[in-house]
Amino acid sequence: MALALDDLKSKKQIADRTFRGMTIAGGVTIVLILGLIAWTIASKSSLAFRTEGLSFFTERRWAPASNVYGALSFIFGTSVTALIAVVLAVPVSLGIALFTTQVAPSWLKRPIVAMTDLVAVVPSVVFGLWGIIFLAPKLVPVFTTVSGWFHGVPILGRIFGPASAGRTFMTAGLILAIMITPIITSISREVIETCPPTDRDGALALGATRWEMITGAVLTHSAGGIVGAVMLGLGRAMGETIAAALVIGSSPAITANLFSSGDSLPSVIAFEWGEATSDAKRSALIAMGLTLFVMTLIVNFAATYVVNRAMKRMRGES
Amino acid sequence: MNISKKRMGAIAGVLAISLIGAACSSSSTTKTTTAGTTAATTAETGAPTTSAAAGADYSKLEGSLIASGATFPKSFYDEAIATLADLAPKLTVEYGGGGSGKGRSDLQEQVVDFAGTDGVVKAEDIAKFKGGEFVYVPTVIAPITLSYNLPSVKSLQLSPATIAGIYQLTITNWNDAAIAADNPGVTLPDKAIVAARRADGSGTTENFTKFLKAAVGPDAGGTWALGSGSTVEWPAGTQAGDGNSGVAQIVSSTEGAIGYVDLSDAKANQLAVAAVKNKAGKFVLPTLEGASAAAEGATIKDDLTYFLGWADGDAAYPIAAQTWIIAYTKQADPVKAANIRGFLTYLLNEGQTLAPTIDYAPLPESLRLKAIENIAKIGG
Repeated sequence: MALALDDLKSKKQIADRTFRGMTIAGGVTIVLILGLIAWTIASKSSLAFRTEGLSFFTERRWAPASNVYGALSFIFGTSVTALIAVVLAVPVSLGIALFTTQVAPSWLKRPIVAMTDLVAVVPSVVFGLWGIIFLAPKLVPVFTTVSGWFHGVPILGRIFGPASAGRTFMTAGLILAIMITPIITSISREVIETCPPTDRDGALALGATRWEMITGAVLTHSAGGIVGAVMLGLGRAMGETIAAALVIGSSPAITANLFSSGDSLPSVIAFEWGEATSDAKRSALIAMGLTLFVMTLIVNFAATYVVNRAMKRMRGES
Repeated sequence: MNISKKRMGAIAGVLAISLIGAACSSSSTTKTTTAGTTAATTAETGAPTTSAAAGADYSKLEGSLIASGATFPKSFYDEAIATLADLAPKLTVEYGGGGSGKGRSDLQEQVVDFAGTDGVVKAEDIAKFKGGEFVYVPTVIAPITLSYNLPSVKSLQLSPATIAGIYQLTITNWNDAAIAADNPGVTLPDKAIVAARRADGSGTTENFTKFLKAAVGPDAGGTWALGSGSTVEWPAGTQAGDGNSGVAQIVSSTEGAIGYVDLSDAKANQLAVAAVKNKAGKFVLPTLEGASAAAEGATIKDDLTYFLGWADGDAAYPIAAQTWIIAYTKQADPVKAANIRGFLTYLLNEGQTLAPTIDYAPLPESLRLKAIENIAKIGG
């Protein structure tokens, strides 16, 4: 009897230990992989940082033929397109999230949720091809019209300047906006759904309209989570490669004009790697990868921080 | 109930995705079959006669070859691989593409059996090739066209100086005096020029800019200031397309556009092509004959490297691309060495008659014979 019990106990322990070992291995692996990636790109890019120094980040020119490697125009392009994407995607995503959780009847909710999730599974190269074949040519007259409206207006006239082609910062931003909408939508939806029904009912009972209930109870409750969702979307938009590469125009430029062609970090890496034969150029491209890695890390850390703080505050209040 | 509904939804989703997948894969299979059929037909019509002439027996080749590199000759190699499969059913060759740079570094690291490259290995990189000495085997050549989209202009002539002006945006309208001077008697429209170029680093860009540098670069007393390379610092305002097909797409969709595109993509998109002034002062259209004539006028070095652009000769088309297969002379595995030699022999015999059917020009006879000599050095 005692023997059997011991046997059972040790069996349990084996299962316990195996499980523990597996989880630890999983945790260590991911840290190891991330560490190895960081170490590899850091060591492979050291040549570029040694030869270019800080001017790698401040130099606008990218001229491999004359050994000038500057990342500034690409950093600019990445930031601008990601910002356009977020500005366009946030209202739409929040609209969908609020509609499906607060407004839509349940028979309509399900297909809309399914549709938004379906957008997330479309491969990014499909978005890129759609952008290059369909969207970009159709946007040229739109850009020209918009730029005509703002012609001569002080600041807006420069932002919406003359458009020469369909592949621009704005086109890339639009495509990226479509791509990050499902992410922002589904996370916002999850966050909004955690809003206690008592809060909503309380607001309605106090005579609030639906709009007042949403702004007063739902959005204040889920603000932190929504900000986190937006930042995750921002990170995704910054790292997106092929869709942006196909529609951004591949002409490194720093300009206020959103209707001009530009280039971004991931796109130049993808397009130039195949023919990067010199060590200097390879190293410069890897250094751009490192730059992008750090940029997305910062955004993701910021997102985590904001979300955590919001959650703490929520717990403290309730 | 709720769970089962969810599950149903998931199943429906999976079904939908697999249906889409099935649709995609079925269409791609159809495509391969058609390609296979055309390949088989060419093999039936062309290959047997020439193979008898060359007297090579491919049926004993057995095993597999892996290669990567230049994308410019890829459709020629793929076609050759498909037709060779009938003669050497036990040999599989895979040519992965990826660009000349990738091919060269893959061969350096010995992850491929041979590599395709449009450019010559730089002197400082030779030491990086872990397998020691390697040889160049030229395979095919092809003209790079200047394709344009001007419905009212049926034929267009351009001199290198004009092309340099267009790509440096000093010539911005089709009715510019420089273009008019190249085209006496032609009415040129008042239309802005859209200069299209490659977005990706490319051997085509390298050959095109090398031609401009040779013809109108600073050393030639010309105005071309952008140098040469697989990527150059194009002025903002030029339009970038991904790959030859991307540039062709810009040209075909934009009235007033001009772009440098290889001949097969220009033909596939039914683009109008300009005649370009060669070193002898003649305007020559981009044809396979023009490219072959350029190869006859080019200076071939001892290692069989050469540059086709801006070649001598009245009939030479001045912008052409050359490409090589590079392989190590020392081969550890004799079977593999025989396979490489077999494949290259096929490219330089049967392959040469196959090339014009898919818009590549064969090598001139003298160069072809020298190339065959280089094949014998592999593993020999």
